[in-house]
Amino acid sequence: MMNLTILGANSDVAMATARRFAQSKMISSLCLASRDLELLERNANDIQVRYDIPVKAVVFNALDYTSHARFYQQLDPKPDIVVLAFGLLGDQQNAQSSFEEAHRIIDSNFSGAVSILEVVAADFERRRQGIIIGISSVAGERGRQSNYIYGASKAALTAYLSGLRNRLFKSQVHVLTVLPGFINTKMNRHLQLPGLLTASPDDVANDIFKAYLKSKNLIYTLWFWRWIMAIIKSIPEPFFKKMSL
Amino acid sequence: MKLSGWGCYPIIECAAHLFEKRSTAAALLSAGDDWIAYGQGKSYGDSALAPHVLLTQEYNKLIDFDAQTGVVTCECGITLAELIDLFLPRGWFLKVTPGTKLISVGGAIASDVHGKNHHAEGCFSESVISLRLMLPDGTIASCSREENVPLFRATCGGMGLTGVILDATLQLKAVNSAYIRENIIPCANLDEVFVQYDRCSHYPYSVAWIDCLAGGSSLGRSILMVGDHDDDGELTLPEAKRLSVPVTCPSFLLNNYTLSMFNQIYYRVKGKPAQRQRVPLETFFYPLDKIDHWNRMYGKAGFVQYQCVLPMATSYKGMKALLQQISAAGMGSFLAVIKLFGPQNENFLSFPMEGYTLALDFKIQPKLFGLLERLDRIVLEHDGRLYLTKDSRMSEAMFMQGYPRWREFQDLRTQYGMKKKFNSWQSKRIGL
Ligand SMILES: Cc1cc2nc3c(=O)[nH]c(=O)nc-3n(C[C@H](O)[C@H](O)[C@H](O)COP(=O)(O)OP(=O)(O)OC[C@H]3O[C@@H](n4cnc5c(N)ncnc54)[C@H](O)[C@@H]3O)c2cc1C
Ligand SMILES: NC(=O)c1ccc[n+]([C@@H]2O[C@H](COP(=O)([O-])OP(=O)(O)OC[C@H]3O[C@@H](n4cnc5c(N)ncnc54)[C@H](OP(=O)(O)O)[C@@H]3O)[C@@H](O)[C@H]2O)c1
Repeated sequence: MMNLTILGANSDVAMATARRFAQSKMISSLCLASRDLELLERNANDIQVRYDIPVKAVVFNALDYTSHARFYQQLDPKPDIVVLAFGLLGDQQNAQSSFEEAHRIIDSNFSGAVSILEVVAADFERRRQGIIIGISSVAGERGRQSNYIYGASKAALTAYLSGLRNRLFKSQVHVLTVLPGFINTKMNRHLQLPGLLTASPDDVANDIFKAYLKSKNLIYTLWFWRWIMAIIKSIPEPFFKKMSL
Repeated sequence: MKLSGWGCYPIIECAAHLFEKRSTAAALLSAGDDWIAYGQGKSYGDSALAPHVLLTQEYNKLIDFDAQTGVVTCECGITLAELIDLFLPRGWFLKVTPGTKLISVGGAIASDVHGKNHHAEGCFSESVISLRLMLPDGTIASCSREENVPLFRATCGGMGLTGVILDATLQLKAVNSAYIRENIIPCANLDEVFVQYDRCSHYPYSVAWIDCLAGGSSLGRSILMVGDHDDDGELTLPEAKRLSVPVTCPSFLLNNYTLSMFNQIYYRVKGKPAQRQRVPLETFFYPLDKIDHWNRMYGKAGFVQYQCVLPMATSYKGMKALLQQISAAGMGSFLAVIKLFGPQNENFLSFPMEGYTLALDFKIQPKLFGLLERLDRIVLEHDGRLYLTKDSRMSEAMFMQGYPRWREFQDLRTQYGMKKKFNSWQSKRIGL
């Protein structure tokens, strides 16, 4: 039986993932960590009532780097699986003129992830066990004018997770990189998403759970994003730069 | 954002807002008047439509469950379907369920919905131990049969007009099976329906499908379905197949579907001794939930459901008059539902009263509204009333005559300052 900790647990995808794992009866405890404690406690309660497993709610802020070691130290029991779900889409337009916004996007998606995952990795490496599931994005596969600051921070995260997987392999610690396409969550409620391409948080959670069972290294979710991104990545730069994406 | 109820009529431009936290709901309410809560939009008309709409679908967490007593506390946006999925495998079911499980707990309380067991167990509010209501100023009142009693009585059945139901504590009912033992009884006409209903009143669940096209000596030709929970310890439901109606399509398809369903059953059981069968609870309670978006079968113009109740003393005469009117007009859906109700409860605006209720769908068309007015007159002549959650067109006079306690309801609304803050298109139309 495994203990699961989710970082950025108030995310819709995180909650769906928590439910999926709890439903599987493969975990013995769940720790939800995020900033908004009011919401987090309600979410924790909900899963506890639904699946009859112990669930804790703990405050966690990805941007408060100095707190991360302490945060991890007080986790009891220590996790066997960590899901990194926090992320920030931010406002691309605004980020172009305000470095503050750009910085916030980069830190929320990348610096914060590095800071906490290094703490987790050190513990997993020592214990010679553990699984890290990092949620990045297909937006990191190629920069587009509509969200390249978010995309760049996710590209960094994807590269980071790949390196981490490489480093931790010899310690029997596994890293799963998740690259979602469009998901219908509060992150992009203001956007018009193409219905056929858009997954529900439950779809994504299912894919994550299946990939976890099969010890996959990297997945696209939904599956067809692998092919969409292959096409997008193959467009030669001279053409790509003229496109309005 | 354009919103409508299940009948797709009327469709209204609303400013709709989601909320995940109480503080967000309170902040939203503080800006502007004319708010109404919107659950799953399964009410048929304009009960959940207003200039400002508060969507409850994301305020849907479970708060507590006591496996010993079957008491569950949950936020109002959770659906009955979720409650069933979670608690049926543990041996608990809803005390009262309407003909669809795809509705929110908030909507079930606000309409004080009834099921096939009203004659035995009453309305949904019978299972509500307590609820918490957000008032116009954003404060929260706990309401029950002991605390804030008038608010409780006004809110159960109050169509969202007293505030936003945030969460509720419900008593579930212990069951030992996910299956129903069902008896199917064909009735050749309305007289037989009444006789059979009387004979079967000891069954906790009963409902009759009535063929609205039948006239003359077959007027009221029906299939009566009665049942009770099985006791076989099998608590898992079989995997359900889903169908969907992808686009709006002509209504004759729905009529053909229900017609063939009715005839298949009717002629299978006709002339034979009572047919018993064991069916999954979902088939018994929610036959239409298997088809997603079946409302699209009525086409673009939408439809109304006309549901009335007549007191026991006038039920037979009144139903006969209604059915004659409908069958002569040849406009109704082929199928209607006729059901027995038990005694009325103490809530100000709950629909059921002791007697019989009739419900049927009509596709929107110009000559429809004349017919519905003729039906209204028959209902009033027989001291009946119409169900608010199905309504999109009743007049103020029709409402006030049918619901004599509207004045107490309105006084309470005035007292709490609800009259400006909480209104729906329906409440304005019927003079609340
Ligand atoms: C196929 C089908 C079968 C049905 N069968 C039955 C039946 O057998 N018996 C029966 O009684 N009804 C039946 N209904 C009607 C349905 O049960 C009610 O209309 C119910 O209220 C719908 O719930 P909802 O969550 O969709 O609410 P909505 O339609 O969104 O809202 C209905 C009313 O509830 C109010 N409301 C919703 N949530 C809240 C809240 N949190 N706080 C305050 N007010 C709120 C709204 O303001 C509105 O006035 C049926 C409907 C369908 C589509
Ligand atoms: N939605 C999509 O289309 C999509 C597509 C590709 C990838 N993704 C990625 O998938 C992941 C989940 O996305 P989602 O759509 O489910 O997100 P979401 O619902 O918008 O939730 C994001 C969550 O991240 C948390 N968060 C943000 N900054 C944080 C910080 N500094 N510290 C701690 N928590 C923080 C927030 O928690 P609080 O509420 O506690 O503040 C918020 O609930 C993200 O990494 C996202 O980038 C999403």
